[in-house]
Amino acid sequence: MSIVLLRVDERLIHGQVVIGWGNQLRPERYVIADDELADSEWEQDLFRLGAGSAEVVFVTPDVARDRLSEWDQDTLRTILLTRDIPAMARLGAHAALSGRSVNLGGIHHGPGRDEVLTYLHLSDQDRNDLRALADSGAAISARDLPDAHKVSLATLLGS
Amino acid sequence: MSEAEGARGVVLSHADMADGLVGAVRRIAGGAADGLIALSNEGKSPQQLREELDALFGDTPTLVFVDLQAGSCGMAALSCCRESDRRRVVCGVNLPMLLDFVFNRTLPLAELAERAVETGRNAIATSPSPAAASPVDGKPAS
Repeated sequence: MSIVLLRVDERLIHGQVVIGWGNQLRPERYVIADDELADSEWEQDLFRLGAGSAEVVFVTPDVARDRLSEWDQDTLRTILLTRDIPAMARLGAHAALSGRSVNLGGIHHGPGRDEVLTYLHLSDQDRNDLRALADSGAAISARDLPDAHKVSLATLLGS
Repeated sequence: MSEAEGARGVVLSHADMADGLVGAVRRIAGGAADGLIALSNEGKSPQQLREELDALFGDTPTLVFVDLQAGSCGMAALSCCRESDRRRVVCGVNLPMLLDFVFNRTLPLAELAERAVETGRNAIATSPSPAAASPVDGKPAS
């Protein structure tokens, strides 16, 4: 499987991903599944600056779902990122992420969100989306960096 | 800050690095450090960071010094500065370039940016220099 990490991170391609995870996983491609960026060339250029020599692909979450098996079968080691949980939930519709691990890496405080971990803030909608993803077979946990403690979904949801 | 005082510098970094660098400039250069503002990305979403940065700009020509281009600081700075000739970004900030900047703030912004890159690069060195080391064991040649 060439998708080496599925991650929700508001900052998408940034230091923790490129350096923290990148040094361990050695990605050759980043896929950004995001409606806004899929349609914004200047922002795509910015994110490419941060990705070094790795290829960067910008698609909507729906297109990403359709291309999961293509990236799986490809030889390029791929990190797939969404900026929020609803986008990952869309990507995971129809149990597309069944049997895969989803990493929650960084969502900051915002309207309707409360702090669950220092780097993770969730809204009620986020919690519902995470439950639905888990029910469809995805293994969800939170961890900002590879050597950090992994926090289970049950702990995150207080169940 | 008036135009006659020259450009302003914003040091934008992860964690406490910006505070530390601006504090070090103040310790070395005294009041000249007033031309610098420290800003951290700690606990801020990309949007919050861009809003804070935008709020700092005003009409004053501004050089934004960031620690890491491939990071949220670099992304925020490049995004906020992309359509203004009164804002420039320098990635890979270090203390020597900040010290040079605070004493030359009346220069044109483009020149300040080039100067910062050159000063910062020139200040990075290894000792002993490779030419002085033995090709066999890396120890200085006698």
